[in-house]
Amino acid sequence: MTRALDAGEVARRINEVRAGAVVVSNDTDVWVKLDALVEVANFLKDTPDLDFAFLTAVTAVDYIEYFELVYQLLSMRRNHSIVVKMRVFGREAPVVPSLVDLWPGADLQEREIWDLMGIKFDKHPNLKRILLWEGFPGHPLRKDYLG
Amino acid sequence: MAITTEPVTINLGPQHPSTHGVFRLRVTFDGEEVVDVEPVFGYLHRGTEKLAESRSYVQIVTLTDRLDYTASMSNNLAYVRAVEKLAGIEVPERAMYLRVITAELQRIASHLMATGFLLNDLGAFATPLMYCFRERERILDMFEMLCGARITLSYMRPGGVFQDAPAEFWPALDTFLVETPGYLDDLENLITGNEIVLARTRGVGILGDELAIATSVTGPMLRASGVQWDLRKADPYEVYDRLEFDIPIGVAGDTFDRYLVRILEMRESLKIIEQCVDQIPRGPIKPDLPFNLRPPEGDAYAAVEGPKGELGFYLVSDRGIAPYRCKIRAPSFINLTPLKEMVVGWKVGDLIVIFGSVDVVLGEVDR
Repeated sequence: MTRALDAGEVARRINEVRAGAVVVSNDTDVWVKLDALVEVANFLKDTPDLDFAFLTAVTAVDYIEYFELVYQLLSMRRNHSIVVKMRVFGREAPVVPSLVDLWPGADLQEREIWDLMGIKFDKHPNLKRILLWEGFPGHPLRKDYLG
Repeated sequence: MAITTEPVTINLGPQHPSTHGVFRLRVTFDGEEVVDVEPVFGYLHRGTEKLAESRSYVQIVTLTDRLDYTASMSNNLAYVRAVEKLAGIEVPERAMYLRVITAELQRIASHLMATGFLLNDLGAFATPLMYCFRERERILDMFEMLCGARITLSYMRPGGVFQDAPAEFWPALDTFLVETPGYLDDLENLITGNEIVLARTRGVGILGDELAIATSVTGPMLRASGVQWDLRKADPYEVYDRLEFDIPIGVAGDTFDRYLVRILEMRESLKIIEQCVDQIPRGPIKPDLPFNLRPPEGDAYAAVEGPKGELGFYLVSDRGIAPYRCKIRAPSFINLTPLKEMVVGWKVGDLIVIFGSVDVVLGEVDR
């Protein structure tokens, strides 16, 4: 059985490495600050007893006041998982750091989020639209998109 | 005078270069060798995730049929499991067994198609494919008994299945279980030792285990690279923890291993179905639920080991009758991430075969 790590404990360890990186946590998810994401991701991937080498999925949800990015991480060796979430405020031109360097599996998924949700990924090697064509007006998965 | 050549960029597609769907590859060749490849997606994009935001939880089952249309049962299962997790619905035992039986039948059907089309891509046009389709047809016949449909099944519901298996289903399943191992032997006699198949697939399009994990590859493709990871064992759902089966893995991560892992998985699926037939209890197949579900506020992610890999649904509820967000983790889509690393350096003919061995379905890639 894949064990969902105690998010409170993980949050405590993240905050030891970088104070204030975690905004809040519940049983299974940790919410991190936007400017701490890359550091937190590195910590989660490289710490031997966490060992999150596998990025299951990246998702974005439009909650109108903010966008929430959801990173589902997995360690196949230890068979445990954690969910990292991050809030991005502002609808005009939201930008978040790309994690393609750490997990190349994020490549197509980040392009999809840019395409459908309109969130830019800083330092993504090839941030182009993926399912829709260049020049398509708007980003359809946003809640205020009127087709 | 020295003769020089320049790289040429051409389009393969926009149809699947080996006819599984609508897909385009922009490939740059140096002579006959692939130097760069850029997949172009989106020709089959129907906005499934957006459509789901204006459908009730039960209606969305029909949308999932149209993702990977060669594995509707697996799509149904992944989706209803996410709804059950979100809404806290208990599933009756008999329904869980029926779901495992149908999902494993679907895996066999999907792997048969993958194998048939791989042979098609290798140039063995149509004949081996028809052998595979002949067996797949028997599975579709059984699905028709269950729910009246053959491809877009919509057999599962949040909390159970649409209806119990009719009386004629069980003898048909028994015959299938008795006859299919011999059929798989025939198929293997035709393919596994075939000198041409070996020459074209051994060592071709190698995907190493580290790259496979880094690029979030799942399913037979990951296991062919030697990583023993299968959600049915690693994170058992439904009744998989009561069943005995093995997880076949490959060694080299090449096209041949991807083929062989699928053949071996079909044999394991038969074992799983046999045990389910022995164990399945009598009882209800669906709890009484309101017509429109209104799950409590929150989110849930549930995944199953589909024929292509980890198929997951991430649902967010705002207590409405439709999900606030319905994200699909599509294995076909994510499995294409390392495509470039796999095909660069190989020739045109190999590109088609390597791509075929990834086994993508465009309905799921583009959603």
